Amino acid sequence: MQIRLEHLFKKFKSRDLKGGETIAVNDFDYTVKDGRLLGLLGPSGCGKSTTLNLISGLLTPTSGRIYFGDNDVTELAPEHRGVGLVFQNYALYPHLNVRENIMFPLGNLKGDAKLNKKEMAQRALKAAELVQIENLLDRKPNELSGGQQQRVAIARALVKMPAVLLLDEPLSNLDARLRLKTREEIRRIQKATGITTIFVTHDQDEAMSICDDIVVMNEGFIMQIGKPQEVYDAPTSLFVAKFLGNPPINVFKGRILNKEVYIGQDAIMPFEAFDQEVYVGIRPEGFIIDKEGPIHGEFVREEVMGKDKSVIFRHQDFEGENVRAIVPSEAAVEVVDDHINFALKKRKVFVFAKESGKIINPERS
Amino acid sequence: MEKRNNKAWLYLLPALAFLVVFLVYPLIDVFVYSLEEGYNSASQSYYGIGLYNFSYVLHDPYFIQALKNTFILVFITVPLSTILALLISLALSSIKKLKEAFETIYFLPYVTNTLAVGLVFMILFKPTAYSNGLINMLLSLFGMGPIDFIDGPYWAKMLVLCIYTIWVVLPFKILVLTGALASVNREYYDAARVDGTGKIRTFFKITLPLISPILFYLVITGFIGAFKAYSDAVALFGTNLNVAEMNTLVGYIYDMLYGASGGYPSYASAAAVILFAIVLTITCINLLISRKHVHY
Repeated sequence: MQIRLEHLFKKFKSRDLKGGETIAVNDFDYTVKDGRLLGLLGPSGCGKSTTLNLISGLLTPTSGRIYFGDNDVTELAPEHRGVGLVFQNYALYPHLNVRENIMFPLGNLKGDAKLNKKEMAQRALKAAELVQIENLLDRKPNELSGGQQQRVAIARALVKMPAVLLLDEPLSNLDARLRLKTREEIRRIQKATGITTIFVTHDQDEAMSICDDIVVMNEGFIMQIGKPQEVYDAPTSLFVAKFLGNPPINVFKGRILNKEVYIGQDAIMPFEAFDQEVYVGIRPEGFIIDKEGPIHGEFVREEVMGKDKSVIFRHQDFEGENVRAIVPSEAAVEVVDDHINFALKKRKVFVFAKESGKIINPERS
Repeated sequence: MEKRNNKAWLYLLPALAFLVVFLVYPLIDVFVYSLEEGYNSASQSYYGIGLYNFSYVLHDPYFIQALKNTFILVFITVPLSTILALLISLALSSIKKLKEAFETIYFLPYVTNTLAVGLVFMILFKPTAYSNGLINMLLSLFGMGPIDFIDGPYWAKMLVLCIYTIWVVLPFKILVLTGALASVNREYYDAARVDGTGKIRTFFKITLPLISPILFYLVITGFIGAFKAYSDAVALFGTNLNVAEMNTLVGYIYDMLYGASGGYPSYASAAAVILFAIVLTITCINLLISRKHVHY
């Protein structure tokens, strides 16, 4: 089912008595296409979980409308929306075993939809098979590992065949290896069921790896929407550029002078824009070791990571401590007098206005 | 290892000494007394050893009366007060405004002296030269009464005692249960709501199982407390409880020791041993049931 969110706002009263308010979601306007996996991505406190709760109905928006397909569900209570929700801490009922947990939503069905015990058990088994936990049905949640609990939570959300599946930071309680496995699992289940899914995460790796589309949020605002690769390749703001990418983008203080981008004294590339102070963002993979290259810094060390390696160096205009460049592991590191020079891949260099943080695109003439 | 063990015992010694002198020895002594027939505390002598004391106590109409009263009190007040406390806590946890104020009001009886509360009940129920008491005034509005709740029929007195007992034990239970309800993770309720769970199903399938350990704690301590009831009856009916037919087991034991008919430590001990056996049995039954029904 398609989910249309029209100009959603959610304001919370501040705790102080001055009557101030916090805008958790600010003009969220987007349509999730049927059968897609959407990632809501942003740092903590950016409003992504609030947005999810607005869609689930646990919160009501201050203004704006929510449509499931053609139905306006804005005023609809969560129990009538038909959403499956997976909580960050799974919220599995500790006193019920896995089977009872999965069957629990089915016990709420009324009227024609009502199922008998046998049908419920069958549906639960089917959901359990989908997430591959059919051998754990008699266990209690506290006898399961984090990853297994996660699967039970997903099975419980799927068992009532919801039109929409919502996942709130579903992987944050898992260890790194399990996280990798589980996110692929989520992708597989989503593909298998074709359920429109919204996935909240603060981890850009997660969002980029499995989502069809991502929405990057910050302080309640949508910063950018698009396919993960598109957003990564063409960030519209310094925030998005910094947020996506691991290791993160390297940001330098710089300026545009006479149609050239300067970092310090070095002109690094030609750029059609008027003179101004800017931030220059360079992705770690945008560096090429080159003795003649325009950007140079004081070599610190190299870190071998297998197929490629990081070259760490210092630069006086860098925002932070050390610059990290990622180069193929077979590349020769040429250090002269403690200094190393790099050429740049133009596609990996972004220029942002100093004040607004917005991207500056070269004017094409 | 051996040495360290000795040290541990050494540290425990002061506490152990006190416990042995003031707890273990009296306990054993009670059992001994209960078996000594015709014990006289003045001459420290007795005729023989046997079960006569138990036989006497079990054939004493006052003891039978006290036993009956205690059982009525226990099996009426413990379930009723627990259910009532649960309902009030649910109501308290669902309101937002003035929550603290209401909690304070419900907690007041807990910090009020039993006898002072008894005075309040006197005003409510006791007929005086000027009025028949507040409750009788209310009853007369409906054309009923007047009923003498203090010196009247047995059921009326038992009713007052039960109401009084419930009223006294309620605040503590409310306090514990509001805490228990507040400690249930909100996410369970959110999850249940998203799945379309009705209020009643949510209560019976989620809330109740999650607070069941605390509920059973309240029931078990409630049973033990109610079996040991005494001061409540005194507060309402005075010290001559046997005459008022309102005596309890602990009251009977006290009377046997110090009351007007007192001076019989052997009978008192026998009654105490019987009370101990009853409480032990009921608590064991409770624990067995709770093991089956209290989740996780």
